[in-house]
Amino acid sequence: MASITLEGLKKTYSGDVHAVKGIDLQIEDGEFVVLVGPSGCGKSTLLRMVAGLETITEGTLKIGDRVVNKLEPAERDIAMVFQNYALYPHMTVYNNLAYGLKNRGFKKEDIEKRVRIAAKMLEIEDFLERKPRKLSGGQRQRVAMGRALVREPAAFLFDEPLSNLDAKLRVQMRVEIKQLQRRLKTTSLYVTHDQLEAMTLGDRLVVLNAGQIEQVGTPMEIYSHPASMFVAGFIGSPAMNMLPVDYLKAQGTNGLLDNLPDGTDVVGIRPDDMHLAPPTALHLTVDSTLALFEAAGAESHLYVTLADSDQPTVIRVSGQPPVAEGETLRFFVTRDALHPFNSVTGKRTGD
Amino acid sequence: MVENRPWANLIAHIVLISGVALVAFPVYVAIVASTHSLSGLLQGTLPLLPGGHGIENYTRMWQAGVSNAGAPPAALMLWNSFIMAMAITVGKLSISLLSAFAIVYFRFRFRMFFFWVIFVTLMLPVEVRIIPTFQVVADLKMLNSFAGLSIPLIASATATFLFRQFFMTIPEEMLEAARVDGAGPLKFFKDILMPLSVTNIAALFVIMFIYGWNQYLWPLIITTDPDYYTIVMGIQRMTSEENPQWQLVMAAVVMAALPPVLVILFMQRLFVKGLTETEK
Ligand SMILES: Nc1ncnc2c1ncn2[C@@H]1O[C@H](COP(=O)(O)OP(=O)(O)O)[C@@H](O)[C@H]1O
Ligand SMILES: [Mg+2]
Repeated sequence: MASITLEGLKKTYSGDVHAVKGIDLQIEDGEFVVLVGPSGCGKSTLLRMVAGLETITEGTLKIGDRVVNKLEPAERDIAMVFQNYALYPHMTVYNNLAYGLKNRGFKKEDIEKRVRIAAKMLEIEDFLERKPRKLSGGQRQRVAMGRALVREPAAFLFDEPLSNLDAKLRVQMRVEIKQLQRRLKTTSLYVTHDQLEAMTLGDRLVVLNAGQIEQVGTPMEIYSHPASMFVAGFIGSPAMNMLPVDYLKAQGTNGLLDNLPDGTDVVGIRPDDMHLAPPTALHLTVDSTLALFEAAGAESHLYVTLADSDQPTVIRVSGQPPVAEGETLRFFVTRDALHPFNSVTGKRTGD
Repeated sequence: MVENRPWANLIAHIVLISGVALVAFPVYVAIVASTHSLSGLLQGTLPLLPGGHGIENYTRMWQAGVSNAGAPPAALMLWNSFIMAMAITVGKLSISLLSAFAIVYFRFRFRMFFFWVIFVTLMLPVEVRIIPTFQVVADLKMLNSFAGLSIPLIASATATFLFRQFFMTIPEEMLEAARVDGAGPLKFFKDILMPLSVTNIAALFVIMFIYGWNQYLWPLIITTDPDYYTIVMGIQRMTSEENPQWQLVMAAVVMAALPPVLVILFMQRLFVKGLTETEK
């Protein structure tokens, strides 16, 4: 087990594609860090640089105290789980798990023992003699995890391992991965574009955008204090609403917007922070028309159009309020629900 | 089909049976002819029932050949053909597997250039380059040798191209997973690429073996020593004699047809196995 240190890591592909533009990150021993960001932001590239599958254009990568920039993947003491599992189709599950150990010159009894332990942990003992073709998606996923487990590496690297599974299985595997990591305490770096997966899995999140870090923090830190409009829009679903300060002031101000940090011209409001009943604290009042009502079981999403504006806005309420499409809705927002941003820099201005 | 229509069934069978008969009849005639004496064959009508000289004809062809027609014993010629065909097949497969491996998995300079060079040679059949090749083989003193018979035919653009196409369908993650698992390039080739290619190898083995077995012009040009004559050549020599001994020719033909059939039967098990087992 080991920490992973990234110092000024850059990747430039031929043709001047700057996929990763200088990443500094320290992953502590035993920590579960999730790299999250939209498709094409360089997550996989970064992970593959750590794995040694992609050369490092610039910067230093350390696993433990060792600089591993020039080492082959096998020499880095890491194990990787791929999105499409990449199981060897002609080998049995047992041999898929054993292959890496064989190549490292393990003794037959040791291989046998480790494979049995990993198979037991992942509940794949029953299909050790089957070929991957005869397994379901979820079982293949487990085998892919098993292949990483048996090696007992210093770190696990996951590249969107759940994105080929159906929704239900994804949730189940997510929980299992989390429990497994807690139990083994192996340093893990996990890539996903799914913000919910990121929030639920990670000890810490690293939000990436266009090859750069937008914010690093615990899931709740990032959710409650997004450092930029990008993070605010990316983490949380439905996404945070962004309303221009000038518009809100024009709706009638009551001093609530007067003490916003300098440079604030946009405020973000989470859909759950827009209340249909007036709160006791000082609040803003905005009128809107309900354009679409979406019932999602325990909660409802109200897509509204603000009065005198064409700004699309979402409100999330629990249960199913007695409202009809086309109806005028008045909602209320308190001061502490406002996330102040500057729309030119895209950064948070304070709080 | 689940339908049960007797007429359609009958017609289908008639069509199929006549198709089989059309293909099988010449083979049958050859087998029958190889069991008659020469005089029996020259009586005017072709016999359609087996005669009584089979063992005699085959033994004679196998052990003695037709020396005045320049055909050594069939045993020797079959052996020569077999060595040549195997050398060509194994050589072609090894070289093309390795070159396809290099072209697909290694980033070296002029990689695409080499690929196109190989690809362009697809358009040049043996016959086009036969004179310069002969010159080279003669200069290397490889006339009348197995090396001379097989080496010039080994380079294979077709197989290289097919293997390249196949390798490109194997997801790149397979290589990456193997690298993480500590397999170097050769280990990856041996443990993963080769087993995944079994079906392709078996199919190409059959094609290449028959190609090698049926070589005629090239062995004819470079061998003058009867010790290196091949069976296809030998049959040709026997038929171009003034009074061909047709019963022996037919015996040689039947014997020449057997090895390719055996190779197909043997390899067929591998295709089927490969097709059902190495699904990605
Ligand atoms: N081999 C490559 N050559 C050139 N550009 C690449 C290569 N691989 C990825 N890229 C580019 O780098 C960027 C980041 O890709 P990637 O790391 O795969 O994104 P993500 O995993 O976050 O979706 C993308 O713009 C992609 O087009
Ligand atoms: Mg990716």
